[in-house]
Amino acid sequence: MPIYVKDWDIVVPGDLLAEGDYTAGPYVYKEDNKLYSTTIGIVEQRKGTIRVVPLQGPYIPKVGDIVIGVVVDISPTAYVVDINSSYKAILQASEVVPPKRNVLAEDLTKYLDVGDVIVCKVMRFDKYSDVLLTCKGKDLGKIEGGRLVKITPAKIPRLIGRKGSMVNLIKKETGCKMVIGQNGYIWIKGKDKKLEALAEKAIRKVEREAHMSGLTQRVQNMLQSERGS
Amino acid sequence: MISKVRRSQIMDLLAMGSRVDGRGLEDLRTIEIRCGVVANADGSAEVRMGKTLAIAGVKTSIGTPFPDTPDMGILIVNAEFLPIASPTFEPGPPDENAIELARVIDRGLRRSEILDLQKLCIVPGKAVWEIWVDIHALNHDGNLMDASALASVAALLTARIPKATLTEDKEVNLDKSVREKLPIKGVPATVTIAKIGDKLLVDPCLDEEEVADAFLTATFINDKLCAIQKRGEKSLTVEETLKCLRIAQKKARELVAITMEGTGYGKD
Amino acid sequence: MKDKEATLILPDGRRLDGRRPGEIRDIKIKVGILENADGSAYVEQGNTKIYAAVYGPREVHPRHLALPNKAIIRCRYHMAPFSVEERKSPAPSRREIELSKVIREALTPAIFVEQFPFTTIDVFVEVINADGSTRCASIIAASLALASAGIPMRDLVAACSVGKINGVLVLDVTDVEDKYGEVDMPFAMMPGKGEITLFQLDGVLTLEEAEEAIKMASKACMEIYEKEKSALKAKYIEARKAVEEVV
Repeated sequence: MPIYVKDWDIVVPGDLLAEGDYTAGPYVYKEDNKLYSTTIGIVEQRKGTIRVVPLQGPYIPKVGDIVIGVVVDISPTAYVVDINSSYKAILQASEVVPPKRNVLAEDLTKYLDVGDVIVCKVMRFDKYSDVLLTCKGKDLGKIEGGRLVKITPAKIPRLIGRKGSMVNLIKKETGCKMVIGQNGYIWIKGKDKKLEALAEKAIRKVEREAHMSGLTQRVQNMLQSERGS
Repeated sequence: MISKVRRSQIMDLLAMGSRVDGRGLEDLRTIEIRCGVVANADGSAEVRMGKTLAIAGVKTSIGTPFPDTPDMGILIVNAEFLPIASPTFEPGPPDENAIELARVIDRGLRRSEILDLQKLCIVPGKAVWEIWVDIHALNHDGNLMDASALASVAALLTARIPKATLTEDKEVNLDKSVREKLPIKGVPATVTIAKIGDKLLVDPCLDEEEVADAFLTATFINDKLCAIQKRGEKSLTVEETLKCLRIAQKKARELVAITMEGTGYGKD
Repeated sequence: MKDKEATLILPDGRRLDGRRPGEIRDIKIKVGILENADGSAYVEQGNTKIYAAVYGPREVHPRHLALPNKAIIRCRYHMAPFSVEERKSPAPSRREIELSKVIREALTPAIFVEQFPFTTIDVFVEVINADGSTRCASIIAASLALASAGIPMRDLVAACSVGKINGVLVLDVTDVEDKYGEVDMPFAMMPGKGEITLFQLDGVLTLEEAEEAIKMASKACMEIYEKEKSALKAKYIEARKAVEEVV
């Protein structure tokens, strides 16, 4: 069972990773008992499973994902939301119109208008129908002010870090409130613009260096030296 | 969209070495060639391959040569996939499939040098024959490529064009009462092989085309290749490609004989 | 075909640009150079210069083109009016329509289209300067643009043309070699799989010569494949180096 790669190796589509009884994890495919990468990413192997953590790629919705979207259209009963995905997302008007009121009789722009930014959760997605969102829940709903940063969706897991270590570090060092959408949008709101800018700088560093180990330490060093200056 | 039952029927039969219409993998469908079916064309041929029907017409005119080939006649191939040929064809200018077919046939005719273009020059730099080959699909039951290529070849082989002479003041004069053959140099043949799963089959019918992974079309002249086009959304291995070429060569010999027989070319 | 007497191979066996028959031109590749695209690449092969951009997977417009079981791939190969000696009309020619189709079909076998039903992946190729083998350079650029967009692929696609000039089979034909040579055979494959995805011939070859030409092209594709891989990784390896230097 030869393996041709080690953790943190950068691979591209078609790269041969291993042969034999390994399990093909995400972004890996098996053909004739050989495992290959399907994308540009970093190798990670655990207990006989080889996966590739992509460095680029589209956002594919998953039920339960927190996403940040922009209202782009309003139909008589629903909002159409752009969630930076190849699939259109729908937020039913009943999510924001108070109960007992007739949705059809309401002016929906009173609640959400085109251009509004909302934090939502993916309720339903099966690739064959539109993505269904909900904005009922803690920290969900319309957001205003602060700044919206967009990065490659593939790098969001790295920005969150193990058990939230990376995002918590940035929050702690900048004092900013941060909401991370799995679809690549991050909303930052801080005490002042300078701290928001610093948080964005840290996010950009994570985006740039996502494929390298020791990143949390480097981000911490950067934040501390920038705050000190 | 082809039904799953039909698809598995095709695949199951192929696995046993036979096909939906009873043919073996390397069998052509029955071919009928009818030449001279269009009185107003200088040359024409209708070709039936099974239920696939295509017609090619040759029209000629006098034109000015291209600046980089002042002493050569001009060959132009166009194809129209008419709505009468298939419910999937729509009216309008040729789509990418019709354009590709015309260009593949054009390359085959040109590179086989079926016509001696130099002999189609009347006054170098001034006047040459323009040979227009127009292909119309009439009924699409697969492999329009080979049917159209054969119709084009047959139309050219049997075309009769007016005699061009020069008047005293060097004007081109066409005598329509005297008809001459085109300067033919050879008889090319075009063969399409379809790949379905790990099987290679000759002259695919429509259902086979719909499940096929890839196609290889090859044109031969005097047993040599002169044009190739790989088509379709999947790949061919190197071995499959070489096998396709060898099968195509064999079938091209058959097709040349059928063409000669059907057009009477070489008999007079 | 127009002038078979043209001398394209010099007495020392070299071609007009000094290459040996089995040599390809230098290739310069840059990945991710167009910011707005989801993926992009620039390929320079001698004087042939190509940009490729990829958008998607994204929603299909018009919607009836969408397929329920896989993504559709759309491809547009286009030559800039100034890319050739005589200005080319920007309207798509029949040649460009055919090339768009064969380039699309050269790329499609490499893409896991079934992972993105109802969507489209749009590939735009722009020829900035043409000096032969533009469809092959386009396939190289487009394949890298797809990979840099993070679209799941079975393998990268590499491409190289084979020509026959003064009776000799040569790799990676230039414009002059194409115009005055006997044969042009564009060829593309997934080198890791040994599968051919584009194969065209314009000119006369015996079966034996065709077999030899396929061998030459496959070898050249393998060479180009390695360059494609390093070009894709370059950005990340440079970033890694930069960090290591600081530490």
